[in-house]
Amino acid sequence: MPGDKELRTLLADTCSGLFAAQVTPQLQESAEKGAWPEALWRQVEENGLTLPQVPESRGGAGGSWSDAHVVLITAGRHAVPLPIAETMMGGWLLAQSGLDVPMGPITLAPTSLHTRLTLTRNGKGWRLEGSAPRVPWGRQAEHVVVAAEDEGRPMIALVARGAASVEEDVNLALEPRDTLTWRAAPVVAAIPGPSVDRLWQLGALARAAQMAGGLEYLLAQSVKYVTERSQFGRTLASFQAIQHQLALLAGHTAAAGMAAQHAFATMDARGAANLGEAAFEVAVAKVRVGEAAGLGAGIAHQSHGAIGFTYEHSLHFVTRRLWSWRAEFGGESHWSLELGREVAARGAEALWPHLTSR
Amino acid sequence: MPTFNFDLCELPPEAQSLRAEVREFLREALGGMSSSKRALSWGGFDREFSRQLGARGWIGMMWPKKYGGHERTALERYVVLEECLSAGAPVSAHWVADRQSGPLLLRFGTEEQRQRFLPRIARGELAFAIGMSEPDSGSDLASIRTRAEHVEGGYRVNGTKIWTSNAHISDYAIALFRTKVVPDKKHEGLSQFLVDLKSPGIRIRPIIDLAGGHHFNEVHFENAIVPDDMLVGKEGEGWRQVSTELAFERSGPERYLSSIRLIMELIREAGREPGERAAVVIGRLTAHLITLRQMSLSVAGMLQAGQNPNLEAAVVKDVGTSFEQEIPETVHALLGVEPRLGSGSQFERTLGYLVQHAPSFSLRGGTREILRGIIARGLGLR
Repeated sequence: MPGDKELRTLLADTCSGLFAAQVTPQLQESAEKGAWPEALWRQVEENGLTLPQVPESRGGAGGSWSDAHVVLITAGRHAVPLPIAETMMGGWLLAQSGLDVPMGPITLAPTSLHTRLTLTRNGKGWRLEGSAPRVPWGRQAEHVVVAAEDEGRPMIALVARGAASVEEDVNLALEPRDTLTWRAAPVVAAIPGPSVDRLWQLGALARAAQMAGGLEYLLAQSVKYVTERSQFGRTLASFQAIQHQLALLAGHTAAAGMAAQHAFATMDARGAANLGEAAFEVAVAKVRVGEAAGLGAGIAHQSHGAIGFTYEHSLHFVTRRLWSWRAEFGGESHWSLELGREVAARGAEALWPHLTSR
Repeated sequence: MPTFNFDLCELPPEAQSLRAEVREFLREALGGMSSSKRALSWGGFDREFSRQLGARGWIGMMWPKKYGGHERTALERYVVLEECLSAGAPVSAHWVADRQSGPLLLRFGTEEQRQRFLPRIARGELAFAIGMSEPDSGSDLASIRTRAEHVEGGYRVNGTKIWTSNAHISDYAIALFRTKVVPDKKHEGLSQFLVDLKSPGIRIRPIIDLAGGHHFNEVHFENAIVPDDMLVGKEGEGWRQVSTELAFERSGPERYLSSIRLIMELIREAGREPGERAAVVIGRLTAHLITLRQMSLSVAGMLQAGQNPNLEAAVVKDVGTSFEQEIPETVHALLGVEPRLGSGSQFERTLGYLVQHAPSFSLRGGTREILRGIIARGLGLR
């Protein structure tokens, strides 16, 4: 029987193969113009890549968070213009709360800690009320997993497409980030569940892995470019100034990869049973990866020169995502503040024991 | 594209129980040692401490028992190291021998050399220095000129080594000399030797660092005789051996923990309910610290598995030293307190020590520029 590691290598190969073949610049460009890449979505879903860590009994692939990590890092590397991360996180929240997970793309709301959505009883069912800005793929997702409140009690609700009015908007990478407004909207199912900050934690976790994947692309692409491009009669790679910049990028890429990997492993070890138990590592990942994303995008562009600043070159499909993703579900300042408060509350002498107990 | 690979490494249960023992030992051995003193970390030299650590079986942990070692795992050794360093224990009386000289002898030394030196190193009784750099050979190590000429019964050595940390208080050095001049092939003709620092013909002169400390020395050899049986490995194989030795030097937790006392003092200073700015800084430093620990552990895991993670070790050292070097700067940006020497609070004195020593973090054990060259080679750029 193959071990976990071999299975994950297999999974990584499946993802890479599919994305490398399908996520072409043409597909990217058409997605940026608003087209939904339905054929690609169907293949991703049929390959079981949208719900890797959701139990089979709820419609998922029955794997682990480490499997989810593999899919998301690969999707990030290829800048896949689909709500794979949102479907994965939303599906897991539903399953965790005891609800069945529907097929098709799913998204999450709200994406801000300051947005409050409320549920009210309507006979045996529920009605949803409120407005959530910047919902990823809000116009295209067939279902929305909503963290709402019923008289102050946190609830998880499943809402179908069409229940909300949609005001379209996008992020820097022209990924849909729409405002969804529900007015006494019907709800498919609702159940007491995790609060908004836990939904945020899952969003931050997903973005950390996607960004770590994006950084892997930037490093590989930059190495490729400087090895091929010549100036002054020699390759850019032969210039020490370039070598050292890419070595720095390599360091940030490695650190980002490790931080994300550690957060997903902690989800497997502790967070799956109790999300709050992995909040610390998720915060670490969002902070470390976010910082690497900013610095990494800068180095990748500098080493590409002017061509990397054009729309024609593919570099920006990743860098524009990094610039948006590092702010989505809380930027470094938000998560650093959370971490810093927690560390300070424990006191100086607890720093090392805490680190080594995780 | 050739690239690095960092897999998570989970410490086995035996390593975790060892951690509790080490922590308890350090609590007693270090007692009320101040934070500014702990900030010296592996700059601290204390033979009594090293003997105590040796008596616990925590030096030469991975070496065979027949040489006084304890046949424990790389990960158990890692736990002892990170506990000592995070506590700011004065490790340098055994540190170099445990990390480099011992493993080198184990790999390339003669049976007689192993039996003669390794048990005493493992007991914490022998302090080693490293004789590599010379006045005209820093990063370009292969250009060294100190000559060792074969004469009756040994080698006659003439030349000068520089930046030799603790040579004045150590027992032996492992030194790299030129045994043969091969024109246009500077990597050939180099050999490594065990040098008794008390031998005639050796003169050790202090070099005081910018903070007034005496760690560095200049070691002059004037017709000093090194006996035949002190040649380490093969004559002429010095470059290959030294490259192996430097890999031992680059992978450990010492490459990101040098400023941890300042992070702790900052947390103390900020209090249990810090302001937002302080909390953001503490949180960010914590995120970096945790990530570096996982990276460093990952390298330890690869060593344990018998792999050769040279590229990964260089990456950890580059990222780690940049981090530990940045901390005094970050603290200044946040609070702007004056770094102090003998007077002032523990926070100010810890800052005072680290501000002055931080420049060395990206110099020792291979400069940042050398490391980035190694990483660039690993990426296929050169």
